[in-house]
Formats: sequence, C-alpha cells, structure tokens
Amino acid sequence: MKVLVPVKRVIDYNVKVRVKADGSGVDLANVKMSMNPFDEIAVEEAIRLKEAGKADEVVAVSIGVKQAQETLRTALAMGADRAILVVAADDVHTDIEPLAVAKILKGVVDEEQPGLVLCGKQAIDNDMNATGQMLSALMGWSQATFASEVDIDGDSATVTREVDGGLQTIKVKMPAVVTVDLRLNEPRYASLPNIMKAKKKPLDEKTAADYGVDASPRLEIVKTTEPEARAAGIKVGSVDELVEKLKEAGVV
Amino acid sequence: MNFGLSDEQEMIVSTVRSFVENEIYPHEDLVERTGEVPSDLAQEIKRKTLDLGFYACNFPEEVGGAGLNHLDFALVERELGRGSMALTHFFGRPQNILMACEGEQREKYLLPAVRGERMDALAMTEPEAGSDVRGMRCTAVRDGGDWVVNGTKHFISGADHADFFIVFIATGVDETPKGPKKRITAFLVDRGHPGFEVRDGYQSVSHRGYKNCVLEFTDCRLPDAQVLGEVDGGFDVMNTWLYATRITVATMSVGRARRCFDYALDYAAERKQFGQQIGKFQGVSFQIADMITEIDAADYLTLASAWRLDQGLDANREIASAKVYATEMLAHVTDATLQIFGGMGLMSDFPIERFWRDARVERIWDGTSEIQRHIISRSLLRPLGA
Repeated sequence: MKVLVPVKRVIDYNVKVRVKADGSGVDLANVKMSMNPFDEIAVEEAIRLKEAGKADEVVAVSIGVKQAQETLRTALAMGADRAILVVAADDVHTDIEPLAVAKILKGVVDEEQPGLVLCGKQAIDNDMNATGQMLSALMGWSQATFASEVDIDGDSATVTREVDGGLQTIKVKMPAVVTVDLRLNEPRYASLPNIMKAKKKPLDEKTAADYGVDASPRLEIVKTTEPEARAAGIKVGSVDELVEKLKEAGVV
Repeated sequence: MNFGLSDEQEMIVSTVRSFVENEIYPHEDLVERTGEVPSDLAQEIKRKTLDLGFYACNFPEEVGGAGLNHLDFALVERELGRGSMALTHFFGRPQNILMACEGEQREKYLLPAVRGERMDALAMTEPEAGSDVRGMRCTAVRDGGDWVVNGTKHFISGADHADFFIVFIATGVDETPKGPKKRITAFLVDRGHPGFEVRDGYQSVSHRGYKNCVLEFTDCRLPDAQVLGEVDGGFDVMNTWLYATRITVATMSVGRARRCFDYALDYAAERKQFGQQIGKFQGVSFQIADMITEIDAADYLTLASAWRLDQGLDANREIASAKVYATEMLAHVTDATLQIFGGMGLMSDFPIERFWRDARVERIWDGTSEIQRHIISRSLLRPLGA
C-alpha cells in the first residue's frame, strides 16, 4: 500500500507572529518556516506504517510556494521515499485555500493511487481544518478525522478519534483519508544518514495548472489583528476574597 | 560567495537544535544542582545520538562515522554549544586524534570509540605545564622493551566517563642551541591499567558536572603497542589532529551566546522600569545592538575558519582569531545580559548566571587568549623578521 502525506509549510510554532502594518495578514518576511506540526505527525505515522510492513511507499506532497521544497526535504529526511511539489503561488504571503488544495490533491491521488491519505487535522497558520474532509468528499472516500490511534487491517482501518468529551472509535473502509491529531505519536528527529540521503530522493515539481486547478483565492481577507493583550491578574489573599471577586465579576 | 546554508546543513542544524532543546535543556537544572550526570541519563543521550547517526559524526565514513566536513561539524557543535557541556558530552564526538591509530589499536580504541562503546579523554595539561606544553614532567623511560611512566596530569575533562586516555608524555630531551627541548610521545592508556589511577579533580566555577580529573602514573608500564603515532612523534600527531579542536571552543561559544542573547532580547522587550520597557532606553538597546553584531561577527569568523580547513587552506591564524574573538565575545554577551537582567541575573532561577560562569573557562582552555594572540601576531610578524 502506498501512503500519501500532504505537508504544509507554515510559520514555525516558536515564532512570535506579527501582523503586517496594513492588516492584510501576518508578516512572513525573514521568519522561520517549518513543517506544520500536525503534518509532521502524519509523516511519522506513515513511516511507522512502512516500518511495520503495512505500507510499502510513503509519498509526501506539498502545495504552495517553491520554498515548500525545504518542507518536503524534511519529510524525506524523516523517511518518506519521494516527494511531489505542486507550485501554486509565487508570493509567500499567498495562502492556498482548502478547496483548491483538496482539488489539487485529488489530482495527485488520481495519479498516485494511494491506499491511504494521512494528513494533519489542520494547519497551525490559519486553522481551517477542512482540507482532509474536502478531499475525502471529492474522492468519495471514507474519512476519519482527529485520529489519536490508527490501526490498518487489510480493507479497513480502525481509528480512535479525539472528540469533545472523550474518545470515539470508528471503523472505516479503505481507501480512506485520515486526519491526525496531536497525541497520535511523537515525530522522530531526522537522522544524519537520512538527512544526507534526502537530497538523492526524487522530488517531482508540478504546477496547479498540471492538475487543471485554479488556485487563486476566493476568500477576501478583510482584516487581521493582534489578539487583545491580556490584562494583568491580581492576587487574592483568601478564599473569601476570591469568592467576592468572582461575584463582582458576575461569574458566580 | 554564498553565505547561505544548504538544505542538508539547515536540516542538520534544525535536528541538533531540536535535540538540544528536547533532550538536554530539561536536565540542565539537575546537573547544575548535583554537579553530576546520572549514568542512566548519560546512556540515554548516548543511545539517542547513536540512533540518530550523529555519534562520532566527525569521523570519516570508512571507520563508521558520518564523514562531516569541518564546516558541517562546526554547525553541529555550534548548536550543541547551546546546551550544558556536561550533558552534550554524551552526544559523542571522540577525539579526531584517534585516526592516528594503527593495526590492533584500530580494533581496540578507534572503532569502539566511533561505535560509542568506549569513551576517550585527552590528557596533556599538568600542574607545571599549562600553556607551556613542553614543560611537562610526566616522563616515560625505557625499561626492557617497555616504557615506565611516572607523573601527574590534571584538568582532564571527561576523564570520569572515559574508558581510555590519550596521554602526552615526555620520552626524552634534545639539546638544542636554545637549550634542552623535551621530546613528547602520545600513549593510549586504559582505565584500570596497573600503575595508572584516575582521581576527582577540582571544583570548577565553569561547566558544573563536566568534571576535570587528575591522572596519576606510578611506575606504570606501557608496551610500545600503546604508542599512538611514532615514539617522540607526539607533536606530530598533535599538530595533525588537534589543530582543529580550537574551532570547537569558538563555535560552541557562538551557540551559547545566541541562546543567552535570546534571554537578553526578550527581557529588554518585556521588563518595565520608569513606565516603559527597558529596551526603549538607549543604555539597554545599544547593548543589544553590540551583542548581536559581535555574535554574528564571531559566527562568520568561526565558520570561515572551518571552511578554510575544508578547502585545504592555511587556517592556523584564522582559527586562533576565531577562538580568541568568539570566547571574548561570549564573555561580553553573558556579562551584558546579566547586566540587563540586573539582580535577577545573578539568581539561579535563570540560566544567565550559569552562562556567565561557564563563559569564563572558554578564554583559558584549549589555548588561552594570550596563546591565541601569540599565534596570530607571530604568523603576521615572523615573516617580516620581527
């Protein structure tokens, strides 16, 4: 079975994000970029499936600007076998919307015929949480979202999902789209031999047009603002005072 | 000219950086508090480094290393420099000088060191022989076919965890027009060898947990098979293989300075006095400007000296410049950061006081600042006859 893992190049989770002066978005110039952490978990899971003999090839795909090549090299250094870069924008500030990404991914899936698409449940830059679901709809495949455990058994997969209030276990037919959550695994570091091998692994470059998809934005960003700064708290001296303050605040 | 890193180099940096942040930082307080690295923790760091293929990455592939060149290795060490030396010691980088091993020595010392099965330590310094290496008193004399060694070595880093030692010992004296000059030989000595003892050394203000030890030789018999390189060829192996180790000190100083600087920058942006962030006061902001300028300068100077080695160019003067500049830069950056933190910087609640203490030794070991300045100035003035 072949596993396809879409990965997104996003602003590094350690970076303190700054809004551009004109409010049109977040400043990405000279900012450290990394693989979306949820996608890293998806790559790790795919590699583990391969190590367990349940997958025979792991293909990473990224849709975005040319620089997403670095993100794919990271996936290759972790252990993916090959990579596909779909260039769909020139400006690093252009975010390709989920539907366009899902349509391009459908094109990739049609070509590659994977038995499983493993992707992050959402990207940490815009938190859309939509691409995996849209892809499954476009393909007519089963979907299992927010996976914290994945067990592939021939024609079906048993997936434990992190839902509000607990865990839900479902069984889906393969092929399927599985979106992964934080607790599925702990991604490995890229080993030195794999870093050195990554450059020699194939990385195909395509464009959105190759899949007949128009990736231009449909959403208009009206405004981007910094979150409101949190006001300083106060220390209370006793339980009585705490209750008093909570009453004042109208919460009890 | 290209100052950018390749994709591989970016990934090497990012892997080692994550490793240090996740596997080293969380244990630093423990090491500071106890002055020890628990052996299970040491083994865990070593195992993870082996799994990642980074163990002995400075060794060529034909002996089982990763074959990194000097520049790539400098990037690895720069990131390691961010973390506690007591802990990153187990991100093993055996001494390159082991490449001088021949015949059975390869099976007994070189290969097990690269595989992480045996750890090494280098012993040169003596109580009476610091910068003046030839002043050493530890002496080996011929007795039958063997050497009999007597003397003391001290400040031997990593000796507490070493399974064997590369020890420089005087094996004779030449009369020269400038007076007597000792001949030096490098020996391989196993821990536990009769007549050889490893003792705890001194309490150091820098790098707590990265212990220094004393080595005692009392009528210790060593056969010729233990000679590394040639008899009386100690300076040859030293000059061939220890040449580059000063880059380690420079590059680790750069890594640590960057970590320290991040504290200074964040604190300057957050701490408020007189109704505004202290970073808005020129007294603080100009310190920030000076610090980052010096850090970048030291970084480029160091990487350029490693690059020169890879190109086969002369690098002795450049390495000396990098070592003296990077270590003095670290002294300034840690001191200035402490000043920005004020009284809080002296408290062990923040790692600033530790960076400040740790920085002090960098200007002393692996050739003092004075020795580096001597190397730099002699390389320029000697050709002019001065």
